[in-house]
Amino acid sequence: MRSRPYKGLVAVAAAAALTATACTAQDEAQQKPKEKTALFKSGSDISYQKYGKNYPTTKVKDVPGSCSYESISRKDYSGQTLKIISHAVPVIGEPTQLHAKQFEEITGGKVEVVNVPFGELHQKILTPLQAGQPAYDVMFYPSLWIGDMAPYLAPVPEKYLNTTGMQDVTAAYMDVATWDGKVMQYPVDGDRHYLKIRADVLQDPKWQAQYKKATGKDLKVPTTWTEYQDIAEAFSGKDFDGDGKKNYGSAEVTKRDDLTFSAFISRAAPYVKNPDVKGGVFFDEETMKPLINTPGFVRALQDMVKAKSTWAPGGSNFGLGDEIFSFGGGQTLMSYSWDDAFIQAQQPDSKIRNTVQAAPLPGSTEVYNRTTKAWDKKANQAAYFTWGWTSAVAKASSHQEMAFDYLCFFSNEANTALDLTIGRFGVNPYRISHFAPEFWEKQGWDKDVAKAYVDTLSGMEENPNRVFDLRVPGVNQYMSALANGVAAALAGQESPQRALDGVAREWAKITDQIGKDKVQSAYRNVVALEDES
Amino acid sequence: MDGLRRHKSMFLLPGLLTLFLIIIFPLLFTIRVSFSGWNVSNPQMDFIGGANYTAMLDDSRFWTSITRLILLAGGTVLIQYLIGFGMALLVWREARGRRFWRVLFLVPMMTTPVVMAAIWQTIFHESLGPMNDLLGMLGLPRIPWLTESGPALFALMTVEVWQWTPFMFLLLLAGLLSLPKEPFMAAAIDGAGTWRTFWKVTFPLMAPVSVAAVIIRLIEASKLSDSVYVLTSGGPGSSTETPGYYLYIQGLRDQQTGYSGAMSLTYLVLMIVTLTIVAALLTRALKLKGDS
Repeated sequence: MRSRPYKGLVAVAAAAALTATACTAQDEAQQKPKEKTALFKSGSDISYQKYGKNYPTTKVKDVPGSCSYESISRKDYSGQTLKIISHAVPVIGEPTQLHAKQFEEITGGKVEVVNVPFGELHQKILTPLQAGQPAYDVMFYPSLWIGDMAPYLAPVPEKYLNTTGMQDVTAAYMDVATWDGKVMQYPVDGDRHYLKIRADVLQDPKWQAQYKKATGKDLKVPTTWTEYQDIAEAFSGKDFDGDGKKNYGSAEVTKRDDLTFSAFISRAAPYVKNPDVKGGVFFDEETMKPLINTPGFVRALQDMVKAKSTWAPGGSNFGLGDEIFSFGGGQTLMSYSWDDAFIQAQQPDSKIRNTVQAAPLPGSTEVYNRTTKAWDKKANQAAYFTWGWTSAVAKASSHQEMAFDYLCFFSNEANTALDLTIGRFGVNPYRISHFAPEFWEKQGWDKDVAKAYVDTLSGMEENPNRVFDLRVPGVNQYMSALANGVAAALAGQESPQRALDGVAREWAKITDQIGKDKVQSAYRNVVALEDES
Repeated sequence: MDGLRRHKSMFLLPGLLTLFLIIIFPLLFTIRVSFSGWNVSNPQMDFIGGANYTAMLDDSRFWTSITRLILLAGGTVLIQYLIGFGMALLVWREARGRRFWRVLFLVPMMTTPVVMAAIWQTIFHESLGPMNDLLGMLGLPRIPWLTESGPALFALMTVEVWQWTPFMFLLLLAGLLSLPKEPFMAAAIDGAGTWRTFWKVTFPLMAPVSVAAVIIRLIEASKLSDSVYVLTSGGPGSSTETPGYYLYIQGLRDQQTGYSGAMSLTYLVLMIVTLTIVAALLTRALKLKGDS
């Protein structure tokens, strides 16, 4: 039985919506911007300096094109209001606000930004969309939600796809923005998990000699999770930076409701993503039976539980902010997650600036083959493209041109160049031009640091063995169940195998609830990204 | 006369309408939702019979959270009652500075639970928090307050006791101030000491207020979720999850609206039954004590 039994409520809501719409209705002529004199000359210097001392003094040139300051300032949106929902300040929320203010200043339109904590963002965006109410014209959200959002989004129009900025977006992030062959999300960020490590400690002859003596092995950037564990154990509890305080081996995102699922997938990637086996790592593509409790995932969880001894105090409940602070603040030797901790370490006021190094995620010496149900003995590394912020315009929005103009302005070359350098903004490389070491050297990064950074990131783009996020309807539920299982194992409530068996049962239930066909069809998009790259 | 009575009853309408809108309608709506498959990817309220209730019976996380809350609420309310009563007796007897103490004792209750939990989160921080600094100064080992199950539950109980003991204090002090003077005068004439007067006069006379205070606090404690959200987010693992927090995760974060509706109703019924039994038992126990 399919019904809308709350007809009375719907009627009241509809009446209220109609009244509101009638009061704020824009006629078609108002949707299009009027032309006005440009406020910027082509190639003007752009800086955020006038918005406060929290912004860098860096200046970049406005790059000519349809999203430039010069072009957008020709448009007159006065009389129109754009409604935007974004994450809480600062991560992605602060650039949303900053560019909204700039957009208002140069177009005359009004831009209202609502900032919402991560835990409420999904619901606050999706509920009005499902109810058919265009509460927001522009939405900023994690790109892995595309399976839930896609039915309510307006595809990115051709003229925006042809801009220089959009043409420069990497193939992987254009794929992330695409659903059923159409670009539905407007790329504004690129995220991957990679390894961050204190190069000064690794390259110090004193520490190298001590490590060799203690373990019989050379001290170098770890290429497997086993090496990672060995190094983390050897340095945990030592004062390796000589500041009189204990340092620790590793910081990881382990707080259940704070993106732990991403950390776990990073650890599992080399054990589960076998380059010789096609068909996805999370489910059996044909039967949709969850694979989350197969030996590769179990091994990764065993590793993670073992790593507890190398974490700083409180490390078994670290959120992303704690991980950023722990590595970026110099407390730990290594960490792996998004760019933030690395960029934090490279901020001009950081005491460990230019002593850090980026490297690919550690791999494994064997990888599980789910077809033969045996471990294949071979060195394996897998890149993990873990969501990244994205943006989109609501299909029901009556300000679509203004909305897309805002997004193309948000991500124009000048703004993106400045945003990339502000760690707290959470805007990370997603265009080919962002992988030029010279850009980072201009920010005061050492040549070696910049090279290792761009090589690591661009190397992931080129790696054919890649894992992408689940990206199916109900992805939050799947990841919540996974995080709960991981947290239960980390807390010692259950063994890794039992915890992941529980997750597999939960996943099967969620699939039944949402509908096997619906999830399967969406999951094939993910598998295509992994197998056809 | 009938016309006047009808006219008078019209005055009840706004109240009844409000009651319907804020209690009856949401309750009926929740009952309907609990029999639907409404979730994040299916906003339609498809009727699915008792499937949500069947799934709930199999959900150990839900049942464990209820057991945990019973222990947590029972323990904290008992401590709050004991400390609150002690504080009320102290202020009741102590004439000098009574107003000052009253205000001081009430400060924790005036602070928003979320803010209070955030402050305690800093206090219990494993490496930066003053609690572990204090232990260090005393030569004791640091305790992972928020990252191990046992200490995390202790931390949660501490925050609850800290925040809500003043409420208990306020109710019990009001009760003490309203007690008649005659029984105390009679006890004094009979030569009863302080302790005897307390057990034979003060405590029995305070029984009705005590039951009311404990029940009110138990009702409040059954909704415990805000400090869990801030302090531990239900972790480590799910070892500090309460039903309120679990319902938040299922209903609002994961948008399992139908399922969370079924759990909410079940939890509501369980709480009504449990608290009714507790109230009856407490009343009987304290009355017996008073009669002896």
